[in-house]
Amino acid sequence: MIEAVILIAIIMVLIAFLLNFYRLIAGPTTVDRVLALDTCYINSIALIVLISMYLRSSLYYEIAILIALMGFVGTVAISKYLIRGDIIE
Amino acid sequence: MEIFISLLIFIGAFFTLVGSIGLVKLPNFFMRLHGPTKATTLGLGSILSASVLFFYTYLDTISLDEFLIVVFLFITAPVSAHLMAKAALHSKKKV
Amino acid sequence: MIKDRLESWFPHPVLSVVLLICWLLLNNSFSAGHIVLGSVLSIIIPWFTSSFWPEKINIKNIKTFALFVVIVAYDIIVANLIVAKLILGSNDKLKPHFLEIQLDAKNDLTITLLASTISLTPGTVSSDLSMDKKTLLVHALHVEDIDKEIKTIKTRYEKPLMEVFES
Repeated sequence: MIEAVILIAIIMVLIAFLLNFYRLIAGPTTVDRVLALDTCYINSIALIVLISMYLRSSLYYEIAILIALMGFVGTVAISKYLIRGDIIE
Repeated sequence: MEIFISLLIFIGAFFTLVGSIGLVKLPNFFMRLHGPTKATTLGLGSILSASVLFFYTYLDTISLDEFLIVVFLFITAPVSAHLMAKAALHSKKKV
Repeated sequence: MIKDRLESWFPHPVLSVVLLICWLLLNNSFSAGHIVLGSVLSIIIPWFTSSFWPEKINIKNIKTFALFVVIVAYDIIVANLIVAKLILGSNDKLKPHFLEIQLDAKNDLTITLLASTISLTPGTVSSDLSMDKKTLLVHALHVEDIDKEIKTIKTRYEKPLMEVFES
């Protein structure tokens, strides 16, 4: 039973990914695209955790932590660039 | 226990989906910001707590890394939301 | 005398404890070796980086802080249900609005925590802080009564935070 629930959850997260990609392509502004990318990062963490439950292996958490870190740094860097036109002053 | 874990996974996936629906459906940027920053954070929180329970009941291993991810996300989500809102305000001012 | 010595050795006790816990969680083990290595790191790292952290964190009222954390956790769950309902409902019913909150808090840490809490709770995202650190611009997804909303934020989140970090 729990396998079926995990599969349904994976499909739901994939649909969420498709919606994010729509916003990523459609825009209309740059900030919208940054927001869509940020949501993609968070969704990919969810996907990795679900897959690791499905495969019953706990090796995937390091990837999840790395994606969380890199996603945050990337979003902050792009936003800072949009605000100041420069990342490190 | 199995039902509880399934429920947590389902709630998590549901909130993740709602966040993305909000991202597509709402009409302007500041309203779109609400969907992902909140719904997705709680969704991920419940998926990760489900995975802690899952690994404890099925594989008899206690892995607490997940809490680190949850805490990290709860700290960083408001910060990135704030910066994105600031960037949006800035680009509006220029135009 | 002893207190001064202790302070120079452990400039940020809270940071040290957090670092130790993070190290143990990252390695996912509580064996003696990791505890020793983590303790050494959590003493050395604050010592090296103490010039980046000029001001001290002191929590004055730990009971209020615990209560505040519980209230915020409860609000996050309720807020998410409300936001999910608003998102799935019709777009025309929503009344988005910018709120301007006059801050009483002066401490940087208090303002940061307040802004983060606002972002995490009921349909509000903090968007900008004025240059003189007195006004916080908040965007709300759906407000019926603007003054009431501002008052709720001030009494529910700002007051306990000020009691904990500033009084």
